[in-house]
Amino acid sequence: MPSIAQIEQTFTPPKTHPKIGIGDTIRVHVRIVEGAKTRIQVYEGTVIARKHGGIRETITVRKISNGVGVERIFPLYAPVVEQIEVKSRHRIRRAKLYYLRALQGKKARLREIRETGPRTA
Amino acid sequence: MNTNPGILGRKVGMTQIFDGDTIVPVTIVEAGPCVVLQVKRASGKDGYEAIQLGFLEQKAHRINKPETGHFKKAETTPKKHVQELRVADASKYTVGQVLTAGEVFQAGARLDVTGVSKGKGFQGVMKKHNFKGFISSHGTHEFFRHGGSIGTRLTPGHVAKGRKMPGQMGNAQVTAQNLRLAKVDAEANLLYIRGAIPGATNGYLTVRATLKKW
Repeated sequence: MPSIAQIEQTFTPPKTHPKIGIGDTIRVHVRIVEGAKTRIQVYEGTVIARKHGGIRETITVRKISNGVGVERIFPLYAPVVEQIEVKSRHRIRRAKLYYLRALQGKKARLREIRETGPRTA
Repeated sequence: MNTNPGILGRKVGMTQIFDGDTIVPVTIVEAGPCVVLQVKRASGKDGYEAIQLGFLEQKAHRINKPETGHFKKAETTPKKHVQELRVADASKYTVGQVLTAGEVFQAGARLDVTGVSKGKGFQGVMKKHNFKGFISSHGTHEFFRHGGSIGTRLTPGHVAKGRKMPGQMGNAQVTAQNLRLAKVDAEANLLYIRGAIPGATNGYLTVRATLKKW
């Protein structure tokens, strides 16, 4: 008898995303239906958690909107998630950045990892 | 009574599938192939319409001689799970016929799924019957999770029948009614049924067309 894990492997992810790490600042392009119109809304924030795996994988993206902390959970392979761009990566020391919720302003910053490219002498 | 007899199955587990833009929680059930072992007719000596189905292979040394003969009559291998299902007209079925999930159900159908619920052991009234218990302050002692009074005194002098009391919870036959069949994988004999289903993974299930009118 097939197990759930085996069956889930046969579900092909409808799209491929770039490699998303915890602490990355990303832009999530979400399809929104308003009445008859459909448009793309971009949600930009920091990835503070990744959960589950395979087709069920989700990311929690936190941002500060008008001084209020906002978190959205996106299923990575949901059809409404059109595209994900990674804007910058950050040095982090834990897998879940829930401690950011208690911090604001300068304290809530993460140290960026600069893409240096191949080193030349 | 149902014209569709239903099918026997086994719970595989739960996952998610995407239906358009929405995520649908589904339970996957391995259903069939089931062999018709016996056909009971109202006109025959049984006096009612039913078919007996066998599901999953069983090792030959695990069945006794009468059972061996029963499987031999249907010209099939021994089966692990044998169950009878009532049907409006059993004349459509012949002994030895094989029923598969794809033949019996189409996606979008409404189903009743019967299984044996997970056993919870001997439980108190708060867990078993959702009683509220007692407040934990204002002098309450040794009475936090009790059920309170179970009746009156000399009149009527006994506890009312059906009084909810502590006892065995779970490990009983449960039917989840009117579930939606989200998807059928006919090749792998899998049913994707929306929502949760009674019982543990690998538990035997009876999947029937629903009795509810909707």
